[in-house]
Amino acid sequence: MSAPVIIYVPRDAAALAMDADVVARDIERIADERGLPVQVVRNGSRGLLWLEPMVEIATPDGRVAYGPVAPEDVPALFDAGWLTGGAHALHLGLTEDIPYLKHQERLTFARVGVIDPLSLQDYAAHGGLAGLKRALAMEPAQIVEEMVTSGLRGRGGAAFPTGIKWKTVAGSPSDQKYIVCNADEGDSGTFADRLLMEGDPYVLIEGMTIAGLAVGATYGYIYVRSEYPHAIATLEAAIARARSVGWLGRDVHGSGREFDLEVRTGAGAYICGEETSLLESLEGKRGVVRAKPPLPAISGLFGKPTVINNVISLATVPIIMAKGAAYYRDYGVGRSHGTLPFQLAGNLKQGGLVEKAFGLSLRDLLYEFGGGSASGRPLRAVQVGGPLGAYLPESQWDVPLDYEAYIQISAMIGHGGLVAFDDTVDMARMARYAMEFCAIESCGKCTPCRIGSTRGVETIDKIAAGGADTKQREQQVHLLRDLCDTMMGGSLCALGGMAPYPVLSALNHFPQDFGIESSQSAAHAA
Amino acid sequence: MHQREAKSDLASSGGARGGKLALDAAQASPTPAIAATARIVARLKDLPGPLLPVLHEVQHELGCIPAEAVQTIAEALNLSRAEVHGVITFYPHFRSEPAARHTLEVCRAESCQAMGGEHLAAHARAKLGCDFHASTADGNFTLEPVYCLGLCAQSPAVMIDGQPHARVTPDKLDRLLTRTLEASS
Repeated sequence: MSAPVIIYVPRDAAALAMDADVVARDIERIADERGLPVQVVRNGSRGLLWLEPMVEIATPDGRVAYGPVAPEDVPALFDAGWLTGGAHALHLGLTEDIPYLKHQERLTFARVGVIDPLSLQDYAAHGGLAGLKRALAMEPAQIVEEMVTSGLRGRGGAAFPTGIKWKTVAGSPSDQKYIVCNADEGDSGTFADRLLMEGDPYVLIEGMTIAGLAVGATYGYIYVRSEYPHAIATLEAAIARARSVGWLGRDVHGSGREFDLEVRTGAGAYICGEETSLLESLEGKRGVVRAKPPLPAISGLFGKPTVINNVISLATVPIIMAKGAAYYRDYGVGRSHGTLPFQLAGNLKQGGLVEKAFGLSLRDLLYEFGGGSASGRPLRAVQVGGPLGAYLPESQWDVPLDYEAYIQISAMIGHGGLVAFDDTVDMARMARYAMEFCAIESCGKCTPCRIGSTRGVETIDKIAAGGADTKQREQQVHLLRDLCDTMMGGSLCALGGMAPYPVLSALNHFPQDFGIESSQSAAHAA
Repeated sequence: MHQREAKSDLASSGGARGGKLALDAAQASPTPAIAATARIVARLKDLPGPLLPVLHEVQHELGCIPAEAVQTIAEALNLSRAEVHGVITFYPHFRSEPAARHTLEVCRAESCQAMGGEHLAAHARAKLGCDFHASTADGNFTLEPVYCLGLCAQSPAVMIDGQPHARVTPDKLDRLLTRTLEASS
C-alpha cells in the first residue's frame, strides 16, 4: 500500500464559514469508498479568502491548490484525479505560484496556512523557536536593543515603537511584571490577528516568551474577543501543548527561566481594544479608559509594569530575533520599517491577507491584489485603518502606505485593514454610522466622546433632512466640524479622538453626498 | 441551630459578608442557579481578576447571569452587587435574561455594509419578525447585532450558535435558519 496523499483543508474560521468541515469529512468518506489512501491535515488559512475553502494536495512537485471547494464539488474533484494534481475548473496550480501569494513578503505570516497550527514538530521544522533560542543566549538589555534597532512599531494601530515600550518596562523595577497581548481585534476590515492566532499560535507564544525574557516578566495574558471562539480554542490547545513539552512553565526550554501565560476572553466591548480599558477588563472591571499617565509600561495590569502589544507586533518578534534587527529593518520605507499584513475587505473581488513591505500604494492593493470591486461597479471610497480611519477618495490612492505619509493626508494606516466601497455608497450615511458606532461603543468616561457622538448623529441627520435650505445645511456642517474639533482635542482615548476622521474625510472628499458645495468644504479641508 | 442562623445573617448583612462562609452556604443552596454559581466561583475565585472568567462560566452554564447569581458572585468576591451589575451591563456579551434556543448574530460593521449587510439585516428582522436585541415569539431565535466577526473579506457574515457563516445572501440565511431548526428538532 502506497503512502497516503496529504490533503490540506483549512480549519480557519474563514474556511469553516464556507463549510470546510463538511468538505473535509466528504474527502475522507469518498477516499475511503474509493480505496484511496489519504491523510487530511487541517491547516490555517493562506489568506486567499475569496478561495476558501482552498484545499491543497501535496504532490511530488509541491502543493497544488483547488478552490473554492464546496462539498458538492468533492466527488468531481476525485473524478478529475486531483490527488495527482489533475485538471479541474477549480484547479489553481501550485500554491506557491499563485500570483496573489507569490508577490507577497511573508515574514510574520511565513508559516500561516503552511503548517498544522497545533503541531509542535511542524512549528520547529519550519523555522519556529530560532528567535527564542537566540534570545535565551542574550542579555535582556540586548534583546530590547535588538527590538529598538528593528524599527518595529505597534501593529495594533498606534504605531508606537515596540522596543521603546519594552525599554520602559525593562527599566521599571518591580516584583512582578506582565506581558499582555491585545487580541481584541474589533475593527471592521481587520482579521490578521485572527488568521495568525488560528494559523500559527506558537509564534505568538514564542514572541510573548521573548518579551518576558527581555523585560523580566514571568506571566502573560492574551485578551481575545469573544467573537473569536475558534481563535480562543486554538490558543488554549496550543498553550496546553507548549506547557506539556516545557516551552512554557518554570523552566522554559530548560533555560531555568520562567514564563507562562493564559487566554482571557473579552465580552463584546469594542473599547477594550484600547489598552488601558483592556487592562481594566482583565482586572475584572468595566472596560472604562484610564487617564494616562501613568503609562501601562510603568503602572499597568494590577498596578505592575506591563508590556501591552498587539498580536502582530508580538508575533513579529520571533523572526526579528531569528534573522536579526537589520534584516527586518531593511524592509519598508522612511520610518515605516518591515512589513504589514494588509487586509483587503469589503467590496473587493479578491479579499484576503497581503503581507507586504511598507511603501506600496492603495491602488496596488485594490487592483493588483484585490482585483477591483466584487460588484463590478467602480470603486469610490476606501476606509483605511478601521472604523476610526479616514475614507480615502481615488485621488489619494497613490499615496505610499507609510505611517508618516498617511498622517500628512489626515489618515492613518492603523492595523492595515482596508474596506472598499463601490459607487453605490452614500458617504453621509457612512459618516453617520461612524458617529453612531462611537455612541454605541463609548465607555462613557469622557464627555466629548459620550455626548459628542450622539450630537454628531443628530447633526448629520439634520444635514440630511435639510432639504433645499442650503443655508441651514451649511450651518449644520459648520456645527459638525466644530463638534469634530472638540472630540479630537478633548477625548481621553482614540475612540472619541479619532471617530471624527471618517466623518471629516467624508465631508471633505464627498461633499455632494451631504448636499453641499465642494468649494466650501475644500476651504475647510486645508 | 443558632450557628446556622448566624451564617445566614452574615450572608445577608451589608458589611461583614463575603468570603468562604457565604460561598459554602451558597453551594448548598436549594436554588440550582445559586448552587451552580457558587461552585463556579469557588473554582475560579483565586485567579487574578476573576470576575470576567466567572461571568463567562456562569453564562455558559446557566445561559445567562440571573439576578440571584449576581448576589452570590458579589458576596464571594467581596464586591458590591452594584459593581457586579455594572460589569455585567457594560459588556454586550453578558445577558441577564436567557436567550432563545438559537442565537443569530448579524454583522453590522462597515465591511459587511459594503456588501449588502444592511439589506441582510433587514431581511433577518423581517424573517424572524423581531428587532435586534429581541427574540422571536416562538422562542426559537434571538437576534443580535455584532460588530465584526473577522470575516471581512467574505462579507456579509453571520454567526449562528457560535458557528460562522460567510457570503450570506437572504436565501442562504433562510436555508441556514431552516437547517438550524431541523438539526435541533
